[in-house]
Amino acid sequence: MLTKRIIPCLDIKDGRTVKGTNFVNLRDAGDPVELGAIYAQEGADELVFLDITATVDERKTLIDLVRKVAHAVNIPFTVGGGISSVADVSALLNAGADKVSINSSAVRNPDLINELALEFGSQCIVVAIDTRYIRVEPGAEGLGQGETDLNATPSALNSQLFDHIVHTHGGRKPTALRTITWAKEVEERGAGEILLTSMDTDGTKAGFALDLTARISAAANIPVIASGGAGSMDHFVDVFTTGKADAGLAASIFHFKEIDIPELKGYLHQQGIPMRLTL
Amino acid sequence: MKTVIIKYNAGNVQSVMYALDRIGASYLLTDDEAEIRSADKVIFPGVGEASTAMAYLRARGLDKLIPSLKQPVLGTCIGMQLLCRYSEENDTTCMGVFDVDIRRFPGDLGLKVPHVGWNNINDLKGPLTKGLPENAFMYFVHSYCADVCDYTVATCDYGRPFSAMLQKDNFYAAQFHAEISGNVGQRILENFLTL
Repeated sequence: MLTKRIIPCLDIKDGRTVKGTNFVNLRDAGDPVELGAIYAQEGADELVFLDITATVDERKTLIDLVRKVAHAVNIPFTVGGGISSVADVSALLNAGADKVSINSSAVRNPDLINELALEFGSQCIVVAIDTRYIRVEPGAEGLGQGETDLNATPSALNSQLFDHIVHTHGGRKPTALRTITWAKEVEERGAGEILLTSMDTDGTKAGFALDLTARISAAANIPVIASGGAGSMDHFVDVFTTGKADAGLAASIFHFKEIDIPELKGYLHQQGIPMRLTL
Repeated sequence: MKTVIIKYNAGNVQSVMYALDRIGASYLLTDDEAEIRSADKVIFPGVGEASTAMAYLRARGLDKLIPSLKQPVLGTCIGMQLLCRYSEENDTTCMGVFDVDIRRFPGDLGLKVPHVGWNNINDLKGPLTKGLPENAFMYFVHSYCADVCDYTVATCDYGRPFSAMLQKDNFYAAQFHAEISGNVGQRILENFLTL
């Protein structure tokens, strides 16, 4: 049976992990290679490395890092951050990345998804979508307000005025795209997976955005990786059951050992969630 | 021992090279006929699209060379599919080592396609899964698969059973990516290299 995946995310700046870690057994807490290898041995199903600097000089550092990770890690890993061209992707895949994740550049130039899928295959193209539940301004370009039903209850009316809107630039800049529309479009254009981050729940530790995740997972026929809000093991149960996610991603709760990956996977297995258990 | 990885226009050759580096095996990446023929082991990896890959192999005569090899050959993912008779992916005639067709996962099973992630393999036979337990988990990424057939030496289930591994004479094939399937995947590569 296909299992649900647990994915730690490592934020990288100048070739080092940021946000720190609580791993006592790490020789160098800032070394993404060593941390990645430990997660792989602990049973993480995949890894995501997110480069949050990505200037031209720093790209070289990143390529170097990807090569080292590929030598040390025997599970799939995705690299994201600042990727905007076929050449960027080619360099990362050649260095040993299994997948790349694109975000703002795909919103800016949606044809990029088609180009990358054609050149490298959908299997290695992850489109990251950062989204926030905001008021939809009447007449906003590309959004429309929809037909306002005068007999609608206040809450139904509210749901016509608010929606999950795609954001770029680390979730700061709203676009004119509804999340569900964009999710369907990226699939049609050839994305292999969607990495869905709710900016509303990110960092709260109050749980994943379950309704949103379930809606996107139902709308798209490609796997959805849910991100943002994990604070407990039960949040992962919820995201795989109610949220219908294919994978759950988190960062600091793993780095700070608030949740131990083997323990989490054992717990999910007990709860009836299909998990890959390793020794 | 000389291990050759066949160089062609499919992705993920790097991942296989890194996997061999991790287990300390040396290898040569080449599309040269003499080098391939003289190898002790041949790995035919790849991800990508079937018709483009076959066109590339035909243009270089590799479509005739590969089926004629006598040493152990391991095809993975699209490499496995190209060793079969035919692929529905863009109506592609393949090399026909394994007398089985490659078909797309039906979209009406309520399952997402591609099949992405870790799934368990069963009914293990043959030398490559030696030492592996039933239900070992492997990493899959594919939209097309081979039905279970006479050559099946490991099965997997995604909506319906399909061939996770095939074997016929000196030809071995795996639909999953052993090179990124953790310690168990590594064991399969080691088993192949020590055949």
